[in-house]
Amino acid sequence: MFTFGDSWYLVLAAIIFAIGAVGLIVRRNPLVMFMCVELMLNAVNLTFVAFGNLLNDVGGQTVVFFVLVVAAAEVVVGLAIIVAIMRRRADANADDLSLLRG
Amino acid sequence: MRVEVFTFLVAGAICVGGALGVVLFRNPVHNALSLVATLFGVAVLFIAQEAYFLAAIQVIVYAGAIVILFLFVIMLLGVDRAEALESDPFHLRRTITILGGAVLLVGSVAILLAAGQRATGRESVTAPLDGGASDVERLGRAIFTDYVFAFEITALLLTVAVVGAVVLTRRSVGAPIDLEEFPDGTAYDIWLEDHPGSELEVPDAEDELDREDDPADPDGLGDPVEPEADEAEPAVVEPVGSESETTEAAR
Repeated sequence: MFTFGDSWYLVLAAIIFAIGAVGLIVRRNPLVMFMCVELMLNAVNLTFVAFGNLLNDVGGQTVVFFVLVVAAAEVVVGLAIIVAIMRRRADANADDLSLLRG
Repeated sequence: MRVEVFTFLVAGAICVGGALGVVLFRNPVHNALSLVATLFGVAVLFIAQEAYFLAAIQVIVYAGAIVILFLFVIMLLGVDRAEALESDPFHLRRTITILGGAVLLVGSVAILLAAGQRATGRESVTAPLDGGASDVERLGRAIFTDYVFAFEITALLLTVAVVGAVVLTRRSVGAPIDLEEFPDGTAYDIWLEDHPGSELEVPDAEDELDREDDPADPDGLGDPVEPEADEAEPAVVEPVGSESETTEAAR
């Protein structure tokens, strides 16, 4: 159990993912929430690369490539939304943005 | 083997420390810099697993583009304003979340350690990772053969994201702005002060309603152009070039 191997990478990724998930719910600043999403995405990327190594498959790295692109697009649109909201309301944290609540 | 363990421990410590910094620091700039630490740590771990191309992309795209974008937005909003976004989360929610996170962490780590070094699934036959070529070549071969459709969809996604960002952040002509932030008004307002008497007509809802009820203009088409006034009084009629110039200045 304590010899070095690929499962160490998976454990580290689980730790980073858990920290990101907790931060996403605890923090209310939309910018910091986005950073926590990036943390979770990176943890998943690490898992994909580790499994790609474990199973000797290039598919793991390919998926990481696509996750990187989607993450970049997501950040661009998300930050544009934040800027658009901030232009109208000076003090909008994630709890105040309930306009779309059903 | 000892070098691998040392690399893993150092990079892993940087990753976890940076992740904790993202969650715990109050200042958004410190959060962003902690995120850089985590991203670099992950890049080092990619190199340790021989994913050299992904490590380079990680540094260029994440640390070079995404974090810079975060910092741009923080500076655009102003650090004080970005920091003031934080509300005190309810203590109950915070406690429950931390408990849930601990359960998630302990559960996943327990499952991983119970599984040991095994992984379900089969080793690749058609696209092995150690096929003799460099990782860039293997990755490129996979992306431009098996995943070429996903690759093209990615191009579409990036285009949509760029257009969406422009549409979201662009302010239409005549829209109200925050006068505390911009005391001089829009660029159009500033331009108007230098060019008095050349207002751009901004159609708005009230104006449209007024026109419908206007007895002098029953068609609601606005002021009719008087044809005989065209050449006789050039000072009254607005030149054609001025309007497009106005539109550009307003944007």
